[in-house]
Amino acid sequence: MKPTLPLEELMSPGHLACQGCGAGIAMRVSLKALGRDTMFTFPACCWTVIDGPFPYSCLEVPLLHMAFEATAATAAGIKAAMNALGKDKTTICGWAGDGGTFDIGLQALSGAAERNDDIFYFCYDNEAYMNTGIQRSGATPYGAWTTTTPVKHFKKELKKSIDDIVAAHKVPYQATASVAYPEDLYKKLVKAKDIRGFKFIHIIAPCPPGWKARPEDTVKLARLAVQTGIFPVYEVDGGKYVQTMKTPTRKPVLDYLKLQGRFKHLKENEVADIQKMVDTRYAELEKRFQG
Amino acid sequence: MKKVMMGNHAISHGATLARVQVIAAYPITPQTQVVELLSEIVADGKLKAEYIKVESEHSAMAACIGASSAGARAFTATSSQGLALMHELLHWAAGARLPIVMADINRAMGPPWNIWTDQNDSLSQRDTGWMQFYCQSNQEVLDSVIMAYKVTEKVLMPAMIVLDAFSLSHTYEIVDLPDQAVVDKYLPPFDFKYKLNVNDPHTYGGLTTPEWYMEFRVKMQEAMEQALVEIKKEAVEFEKAFGRRYDPVEPYMVDDADIVLVTSGTAASTARFAVDQMRKKGKKVGNLRMRLLRPFPFADVREHLKNAKKVIVVDRNISYGYHGIWAQEVKSALYGHSKVPVFNFIAGLGGRDIFPETFVDIVNKVKKLKKPDQELYWVEVKQ
Repeated sequence: MKPTLPLEELMSPGHLACQGCGAGIAMRVSLKALGRDTMFTFPACCWTVIDGPFPYSCLEVPLLHMAFEATAATAAGIKAAMNALGKDKTTICGWAGDGGTFDIGLQALSGAAERNDDIFYFCYDNEAYMNTGIQRSGATPYGAWTTTTPVKHFKKELKKSIDDIVAAHKVPYQATASVAYPEDLYKKLVKAKDIRGFKFIHIIAPCPPGWKARPEDTVKLARLAVQTGIFPVYEVDGGKYVQTMKTPTRKPVLDYLKLQGRFKHLKENEVADIQKMVDTRYAELEKRFQG
Repeated sequence: MKKVMMGNHAISHGATLARVQVIAAYPITPQTQVVELLSEIVADGKLKAEYIKVESEHSAMAACIGASSAGARAFTATSSQGLALMHELLHWAAGARLPIVMADINRAMGPPWNIWTDQNDSLSQRDTGWMQFYCQSNQEVLDSVIMAYKVTEKVLMPAMIVLDAFSLSHTYEIVDLPDQAVVDKYLPPFDFKYKLNVNDPHTYGGLTTPEWYMEFRVKMQEAMEQALVEIKKEAVEFEKAFGRRYDPVEPYMVDDADIVLVTSGTAASTARFAVDQMRKKGKKVGNLRMRLLRPFPFADVREHLKNAKKVIVVDRNISYGYHGIWAQEVKSALYGHSKVPVFNFIAGLGGRDIFPETFVDIVNKVKKLKKPDQELYWVEVKQ
C-alpha cells in the first residue's frame, strides 16, 4: 500500500496532549506538509502544554512561545527578521487555538492579514478555552455547555464566523480543514507554502474532555462535523471558493451532537434550531462554491 | 557631521546608524517623527531594514520580540499609553532575554488626556527587566541608541532610551552625527547565539515548573548586574570612539555642595542653570543627574551624595499613596549608608514647565528645614 502522507514525523511521541486530542493530529499532519524549514510561534493555548515542559519539546522545528494575543504580530516579526537576514525561504507559522484567534488575538490577526504578511496563521479550533478548563470562547457554537455557559444557561450566541472575517481582508489563501481528512489538509498546506502573503488555515480539532466525548470518537466527530455541514471544508484561493470535501447528502446534525456531552441537555426544538442554522449557513456557502 | 535636529529625529538617526534590521512601530504623539523619518529612510533604501507598520503598540513589541528571537536587531519607539499597552510584552522581551532597544518619549498618562511630558509612563515599567536611560540632550539620545545596542547585545536584556516629550522630542539642538564607519567599528553586527534556527531547533519560553523558573530569574538579575559593569565600561569605550562620555549618573558641583538637587531628564539642565545662579550668590548647591534607572547605580549615588548635608529629589512623576519614584530609589540607595535627609518635591507633571526659579524656590524652602516635615512637597500647584 502506498502511503498517502510522508512517513517522516517531525512531532515526537511523549507530548502532553490528552487522549484523542484533535490539536495533536492537526500539528502532526501539518508538519508533514511544512517540513523542517519551518518556525513556529505559539500563544497561550493547549499547545503551550502539549509541546512539553522545559527543557523538553516534542517538535523538531524551532518554536517561540509568546503571549496570548500576539501570535500574528510575532510571526510577522520573525518573518521580517528572516527576510532581513536573507533567509526568506523559511516558512513562518503562527499556531493558535480558537481563543487566541477568534477573541484575544483577533486584532493582531487582522493587522497581519491586512498587511498581507508572508506567514501562515493556523487556528486549531476546539471551540472553547480548553487549556484553562473549558470556558466559552467566540468559537463556541450555539447550544454548547461550557464551564462559563452552564447547562441552565448554555451558549445562546452563534459561533463567530472567523473565516468570513479573514476573507474580508482578501488574503491570498485561506482554508478550513478537519483532522479527519489529513490528506486534504496536507494538500492545502503544500499548495499554500508556495503562495506569498498571508495564509489562514482553520482546522476543526475535537477535544474529548471539553466536548465530553470519547477519545476514540475524535476522528469520527471531526468527520461528522464536515458531513453534517457544521464545519464545511473548503479553500479560498485568490478569492475563489472551492469545496474540497464534498457533502452532497448531508447527515443530520443530531448525528454529531449526540456523541458529545456538551450538547446532551438540548431539547428537540433546540436541535431543530441548530439544524436550521447549519442549513442556512451551508446554503450561503454553497452559493460561493458555485461561484 | 553636525546638524540641527529635533530629539525625535536624533532617535531615528541613532537607529539608522546602529543599522537596525527590523523596525515595528505604531504612531503616538509625541513619538511620530521618530517613525516617520525612519519609514522614509527605509523606503529610500538608506537603511536596509524591514519596517512593519503594525496595528498597535502591543503588536509592535510582539513583532520586535519575534524579530529579535530570529536574530535581527530590532527597534521600536513609543510613548505613554503605547508603552502601557506594551507592558505585558516588556516583561516578555526581558524574560526572553532579547536585546531590543526602544525609545520612549515621556508623556503623561491619561486620564485626563495630556500629551506633554512626565515620567509616569516609563517609571511604571521599572520592574519589567528593561534598562532605562534618561537623556537630557538630543546628542545623548542619538548616542544612547547606539550605546544601548552594544550593552544589550552583550548581556541580553532589553533597553529603553527615555526622553522628555516636547522639551526634548520636539526641541531642535545641534547634534553631531557620527560617521557610519566609526559606528560600525564600535557596534559590530548582531550575532545571536540563541536565535531560532531550523538547523538547530529549540523551544524558547515553554512551560517551566517551580523546579526551574527561579533559576531563569536569577540569571536575569545577574545579567542586569553585569549590564551595570558594561555600561560603565562602555562609557569609556564610547568616549574613545566618539569623544563623548555618558556615565550612569552625572554629578555637577556636588563635591562641596551642602545641598544636592537630584534630577533626571531635561529638568537636569534647568537645575544646573539654577545651580550656577545660586553658586554666584554663594550658595553651595550641586546637581546629580540620574541617567540610569535600571540597572540602578547604587554605588555612584552613594559616592556623589556622601558629602551632601541635604538631598533634594525633584520628581516629575508620582507613585500615588507614596511619593516620587526617583526619591524612593535614592532613599533606598542611601539607607544604611548615610544619614543625610532626603527631601522630595513633585514638579512638572503633565508638561508643566520647571523653571530655574523653581529650583531656587525649592532650595530656599529646604534651607529652612532641618529634615523633611512631609513625605513630599508639591511644587507650584493651584489651591
